[in-house]
Amino acid sequence: MSRAFLAILQRDLVLATRAGGGGELALVFFLTLVVLVPFALGPDLNLLSRIGPAILWLGALLSVLIGLDRLFQSDEDDGSLDLIRSSALPLELAVLAKGLAHWLTTGLPLALAAPLLGLLVALPAEAMLPVSATLLVGTPALSFIGAAGAALTASLRRGGLIVPILVAPLTVPVLIFGVSAANAAIGGTIPFLTPFLILCALSLIALVVGTIAAAVALRQAE
Amino acid sequence: MLKLRRRPRDFADDMASLIDLANPTRFMRFSAALLPWLAGVSVLLLAVGLYLAWFVAPADYQQGETIRIMFVHVPAAWLALMFYTLMAVSALGTLVWRHPLADVAQKAAAPIGACFALICLLTGAFWGKPMWGTYWVWDARLTSVLVLFLIYLGIIALWRVLDEPSRAGRAVAILTLIGFVNVPIIKFSVDWWNTLHQPASVLRVGGPSIHPSMLWPLLILALGFTFLALALHLVAMRAEIMRRRVRTLTILEAERLDRLAAQAVPA
Repeated sequence: MSRAFLAILQRDLVLATRAGGGGELALVFFLTLVVLVPFALGPDLNLLSRIGPAILWLGALLSVLIGLDRLFQSDEDDGSLDLIRSSALPLELAVLAKGLAHWLTTGLPLALAAPLLGLLVALPAEAMLPVSATLLVGTPALSFIGAAGAALTASLRRGGLIVPILVAPLTVPVLIFGVSAANAAIGGTIPFLTPFLILCALSLIALVVGTIAAAVALRQAE
Repeated sequence: MLKLRRRPRDFADDMASLIDLANPTRFMRFSAALLPWLAGVSVLLLAVGLYLAWFVAPADYQQGETIRIMFVHVPAAWLALMFYTLMAVSALGTLVWRHPLADVAQKAAAPIGACFALICLLTGAFWGKPMWGTYWVWDARLTSVLVLFLIYLGIIALWRVLDEPSRAGRAVAILTLIGFVNVPIIKFSVDWWNTLHQPASVLRVGGPSIHPSMLWPLLILALGFTFLALALHLVAMRAEIMRRRVRTLTILEAERLDRLAAQAVPA
């Protein structure tokens, strides 16, 4: 059972990192978004450093959302989803493997790249690590809420915008606590740990609920 | 018309009648009989309620005439939440009990709930401008109702992109249940976050804090809007059942024509 789990995980990681996989595209998209913001707001470093965590979080959220529709669709297209469905591995674990691979190839690189992009928005040096940490613990929630949305539309030929529309309202709590934890890190009235722990909890909840909901959705779509 | 049962009803009877209604033909007959009553009661209640709200209820000592916006705003907010709850129960009906009308009920409820959420947001904006000095603030309750409206739109969008009704029904049911987390957040947002929107003043521990002269029109109007929404819901459900029949008949006809064409051409 764990071999099948690891096989799916490895397959998705390989697919995402090889040419055309789209793993690095999320990162480039993230960079592009963060670069666009100063053009829209003007290069006022004081303003940018104040809203820097929010920009990074918004960029991360959009980067995760943008590629979600292919999470199950490509497997549905080439028939591997049917094989996964009929294998002995519980569908929930298969979804967990795919969600984990998605996070490892999008959320994790985004969190690691955040300090670098933080320089662009004049984030104070002492805030780099906490902001990165909020992205590290918060992006799994985005991946797994997103997995549920992607599973609902797995059978669609023309998914496109529908997945972000379905998923974005559900990610509001993650965004709220992610940004408030990041803001607490650059100075504020609330301690960093309070929103940070809630963010961790949201990720754990999304891990369970998203996985189960995605598995149910994939079974229903048969 | 509805037949009255002579025997005292028990649980098995109730279940049996629910199963009876699962038959779309019976449902069509039942809803056709029920609809004029629902519509009539709603017209009556709305007429009485609007009269009371316009002419009898006093203007507020602080807010003046704008208090009358409340008589539409509050019922719309309740109904937006009620219809989401109705959709969540229907979603359970689709996924757990596989009730054949559950996804019809759910599909019919989504636009109505979305409308009430929008009415709630718009009237709130019109009320907010004179009272708070702004059409919109990012207050916890306003924001969570806006998110509810977005979830409604997402649900409607998902219905529209999946063309096979039963599959769409199951997918939307899952989405509805995931989105249901927002409903308690809206209800308790004014208690959890102490922001601009006032806390509950009707459904609260210790009885309503609103004066009876305003409470009665509000309750009557809320009931009137509820009957109106239920009547609209029945109409929408009937339309959806008809639409599915047309769809099935079209598919059958297409298959028949296919067979005819296949017979006409010798192999």
